[in-house]
Amino acid sequence: MSILVIAEHDNASIKDATLNTVTAAKELGDVTVLVAGNGCAAAGEVAAKIDGVAKVLLADDAAYDHEIAENMGTLVVSLAGDYTHILAPATTNGKNFMPRVAALLDVAQISDITKIESADTFVRPIYAGNAMATVQSSDEKKVITVRTTAFDAAASEGGSAAVEAVASQGDSGKSSFVGEELSVSERPELTSAKIVISGGRGMGSGENFKILEAVADKLGAAIGASRAAVDAGFVPNDLQVGQTGKIVAPELYIAVGISGAIQHLAGMKDSKVIVAINKDEEAPIFQVADYGLVADLFDAVPELEKELG
Amino acid sequence: MKILVAVKRVIDYNVKIRVKSDNTGVETANVKMSMNPFDEIAVEEAIRLKEAGAAEEVVVVSMGEKKCQETIRTALAMGADRGILVEIDEDLQPLAVAKLLKGIVEKENPDMIILGKQAIDDDNGQTGQMLGALLGWPQGTFASKVEMADGSVNVTREVDGGLQTVKLALPAIVTTDLRLNEPRFASLPNIMKAKKKPLETVTPADFGVNTTPGLKTLKVEEPATRSAGVKVETVAELVDKLKNEAKVI
Repeated sequence: MSILVIAEHDNASIKDATLNTVTAAKELGDVTVLVAGNGCAAAGEVAAKIDGVAKVLLADDAAYDHEIAENMGTLVVSLAGDYTHILAPATTNGKNFMPRVAALLDVAQISDITKIESADTFVRPIYAGNAMATVQSSDEKKVITVRTTAFDAAASEGGSAAVEAVASQGDSGKSSFVGEELSVSERPELTSAKIVISGGRGMGSGENFKILEAVADKLGAAIGASRAAVDAGFVPNDLQVGQTGKIVAPELYIAVGISGAIQHLAGMKDSKVIVAINKDEEAPIFQVADYGLVADLFDAVPELEKELG
Repeated sequence: MKILVAVKRVIDYNVKIRVKSDNTGVETANVKMSMNPFDEIAVEEAIRLKEAGAAEEVVVVSMGEKKCQETIRTALAMGADRGILVEIDEDLQPLAVAKLLKGIVEKENPDMIILGKQAIDDDNGQTGQMLGALLGWPQGTFASKVEMADGSVNVTREVDGGLQTVKLALPAIVTTDLRLNEPRFASLPNIMKAKKKPLETVTPADFGVNTTPGLKTLKVEEPATRSAGVKVETVAELVDKLKNEAKVI
């Protein structure tokens, strides 16, 4: 079977989410990676080196700047004829254009798969991860987004795929990119970090997140947040971990001042080790925490920083 | 401008769901149902656009069993003008919903369609985008800000690294993210008034749409449970356990 993976990239490099998606794709068949963007030749070269990738398709055109959904949808559909499965990571980009691809092909889309049972059968979480559904697709083509935390990353070296340019399908003329405001951070990316320390409503203010940052710096951790902390304006919303934010599964997740609502747990309960620091010993977060510390975070977090040396 | 809003009746977000013992699905009998939270945000945004003079009419549509009327009434009580129920007893998948919505769009000719970014039951996050593809309309997904301009709309989207703004020619589709607005509560007088607002019932057959699902659910299971953890007394003990027992730092 021939599998098409649509790469997440920044024109120069390939995002980690793509590597996890390639691992999922390798379970299904021969992997071709599509790199679509504006001035993305460098990313195409990087994609060609991913272990297990047989071919790279490069669609380099202004129409694919910022992976605008309308144009991406048309492009992917134009290439779809050769593939049995089309996969993209379940990032905001993948979630944006993949359902368009599926509808244009008149097939169902299978969102956020966590496991591949066979070429037509997949497992995916529903109800904020409180149930796992095994679904079978009867469609001729499977259009899939992949939960990246559920698959290991493919090695970024070792491959030597040929890069082939593909024709642009032009611009829909119906949408255009106006601008973006990206959060700048020196820390590791939240979704791929090995350690994540998150703050919730209990942090009290955005200023107080500094004490988490101090710990994060010592651990090389990413900073996350609960919805309550984002809604209160403590931190920007791209730090939100949960059903409707980022899904993370680090080695270590430290939840500070987070009660542990169902929607938050949906985003982090696959972490290997969970630590909860909360002064309310009844907080639901303690039911999933491997190590719980009932304490005032304003005492415990600075002490934790000191203990880490 | 006319705005169409799609709303879904789902298990209330506060309910801890239970998987049926025969693994065919999730227990829905005698469980509290309400409007999908993202759809409340969609209704609120449509009403705000009307209040700002940008829209004349807000039409709400829902699909499913007869009880979805309650969900439509809630939207009417918030301030929508009229409702359409597509009555069907089977479960619909996003592609079928998008096809039925396309049928309604062809009848109603709205200038904008607002949907939630995902329903909290199936967590698919597909319907808005699929409808965009079927209609050939542009989409502004995961919207945290919607600004009308002449003949177009600027949508600020919540993306992985921050925020992105796109300009869409009308007619267009918007799907809502949590930060778009704070939905209002329906007041009692408005709930009473909503009972008198028009609510039309149609069936999938009216649109000649094939609603056969492309995906079959083979089984639904409980997720793996985590083994019970321990409580530590001090920060020093915590650090010691993380270093020597869990070996994660």
